[in-house]
Amino acid sequence: MYNYDDYDHRLVRERVAQFRDQVTRRLADDLSEEEFLPLRLQNGLYLQKHAYMLRVAIPYGVLSSDQLRTLSYIATTYDKGYGHLTTRQNIQFNWIQLEQTPDILECLAAAQMHAIQTSGNCVRNVTTDAFAGVAADEILDPRPLAELLRQWSTLNPEFLFLPRKFKIAIYSAKQDRAAVKVHDIGLHLYSGDNGEMLLQVYVGGGLGRTPMIGLSLKADLPWYHLLSYVEAILRVYNRYGRRDNKYKARIKILVKALGIETFAEEVNQEWQLISRGPTQVTSQEYERIAKNFSAPNYDFFAAHNFEYNTQRSRHPEFARWTSKNLVAHKISGYAAVIISTKPGINSPPGDVTAQQMVAIASLADRYSFGEIRVTHEQNFVLPNVPKADLFRLWQALECLGLATPNAGLLTDIIACPGGDFCSLANAKSIPIAHAIQQRFEDLDYLHDLGEISLNISGCMNACGHHHIGNIGILGVDKNGEEFYQVTVGGSQGNNSNLGKVIGPAFSAYEIPDVIEKIIEVYTLHRRSNESFLALFQRIGIEPFKAAVYAKKVIAGAAN
Amino acid sequence: MDNIILLDNGNAQIIEHDPWIFINGQEELLIHSGYDTLILPLALWKQQQPDEVLQGQQQSVQGIWLSPNDSEIELEPWLQVIPIIALQFPDFRDGRAYSQAFMLRTRLGWTGELRAVGDVLRDQLSHMRQCGFSSFAVRGDKSVTEAIKGLTGISVLYGRSAIEPRPLFHRRDRVEPE
Repeated sequence: MYNYDDYDHRLVRERVAQFRDQVTRRLADDLSEEEFLPLRLQNGLYLQKHAYMLRVAIPYGVLSSDQLRTLSYIATTYDKGYGHLTTRQNIQFNWIQLEQTPDILECLAAAQMHAIQTSGNCVRNVTTDAFAGVAADEILDPRPLAELLRQWSTLNPEFLFLPRKFKIAIYSAKQDRAAVKVHDIGLHLYSGDNGEMLLQVYVGGGLGRTPMIGLSLKADLPWYHLLSYVEAILRVYNRYGRRDNKYKARIKILVKALGIETFAEEVNQEWQLISRGPTQVTSQEYERIAKNFSAPNYDFFAAHNFEYNTQRSRHPEFARWTSKNLVAHKISGYAAVIISTKPGINSPPGDVTAQQMVAIASLADRYSFGEIRVTHEQNFVLPNVPKADLFRLWQALECLGLATPNAGLLTDIIACPGGDFCSLANAKSIPIAHAIQQRFEDLDYLHDLGEISLNISGCMNACGHHHIGNIGILGVDKNGEEFYQVTVGGSQGNNSNLGKVIGPAFSAYEIPDVIEKIIEVYTLHRRSNESFLALFQRIGIEPFKAAVYAKKVIAGAAN
Repeated sequence: MDNIILLDNGNAQIIEHDPWIFINGQEELLIHSGYDTLILPLALWKQQQPDEVLQGQQQSVQGIWLSPNDSEIELEPWLQVIPIIALQFPDFRDGRAYSQAFMLRTRLGWTGELRAVGDVLRDQLSHMRQCGFSSFAVRGDKSVTEAIKGLTGISVLYGRSAIEPRPLFHRRDRVEPE
């Protein structure tokens, strides 16, 4: 994984000192809250309902075991003993005191971490495939370019006050696990006909109030032009993006207003003027970064251990876990393991306790070369586990309550913190997630249903990515009361789709029944192994509508 | 103008008697009609200049300021004859002037004084400096002696800027950080 050099260390240390001074000035009222706001946001600090929330960057979702221990220490020392994994591969602490943030940032800096640009109207943490470097279907390793982008966008003075936030994601596998088409810039790295690294660039994707799937901007950008091309996009956006209305300020609105052709022309014109300049990335620089991501010392005899199959047949629960929570590894004899943070009603989706963090760090040291990943589905991953160790790992995870075999299943709910914490939320997310998880507790049934994604956002800002869940739930405010709008048929990845609204919103109380009705339609109509999404595309929304609202009518009539 | 910080060959100094008068529009121009050293919006500036200046044959004594809605390209014909350019920050969160400054320095080759005016605050001064601003009219209610501390910023720049045209990866081999 990427190791800080002297420059990186110096940058984060100076940044901590700078923020410490800014906090001191704020507390002395030398800085007004209005002036302080963008400064704290660009250091990851939000003001929420009960306290400050600090969002720590986990660049492209990669953590070392020591970094996870640092996060655990922060959770224990400065928070209430837990953290929350976000849909952009970061971690949030919800109970932070402003006065303590400089010390927390100093802790992070010592562990080669920071909270820079995890919020604010600037380029945010660059995300990628949580299985980068290990996935069996990987084409190229996206991490070196992700790190290159991280560096280039960090404190880039021209682009710290953009019209709105700006999110970039990159992947390079057959399957898009980074949801790149719902990012301001989505990048697909692939290998050209002559083996050269090329990028398919999408622009203008995003969720929020005006959800849009990104459009193709350039199909074959040579990798060494990445920085100049992104610079050209950002310059056009910085200058022409709307600033009069924050809900119309994302780049997708500019792309839509200009039309993709005109927008592409503007970008191209700008890019032509800078592409041959000094931002052209040298192979030397690529190699310097890439060597940080070289493969660990795999044991190539791991493939010859057959104990795994025996353990699977002896322990059905273990077998069930392996059938859902493993991702195929490019090295034979290894697997990438998903550690579900969605055990059900005992814990909100994405929440991890300080004790669990420390335990996972130890397991990573023992079984996965000391490395951990965070997925945008808010789970942890141990990317490099020999299959022969899986049984012992599973047993250890069982003891920690972290072996829920539900990766990709209905109860692997993606949810924002919602109205329990967030001051933007219209409605709570966590109780809704728990009510659904409680209704679908039966593991056999869940496994029989197969992969269905369910996403919950507490408001239009869509942090829970509800538009791209097979089933999406959005908290809305109706005359001061919490209601929930349901969408069906969304999907993320290669064939990203925005879900369709099923009809009028429901009360929190009705949601488990509504979800059950939707699932019944699926089980009734599905053909053998047909996925929820495939079925939806075949039969459309009407049968779902009919089932969900028919019940309401009957219930109403009975009253 | 008051509250001015000037970078002179990299040295920051507070200017006690800045000669420039910032003119918002026609009315202010009338009030200050006896002065030469005015910074005018482009349209007014054009009105005020003799033909020789407009044709680029004579130096102007008056500078031009642009709002973020203006394009710096429009200044191109007169870059040789104007003494100062000011770019306005109507709000410190409006980042358009950073791109305008960067373009003036790197694309249009402006080497004269480039002044930040408007909602100019301590915590953004280092970004402004990196984008090519060379003088700063700090907002009137703020202490200029405090604000000058904001020029330093962070000493590491990964990418490039108007004052450091090469990204770090081109500079890395030459000088090791202390």
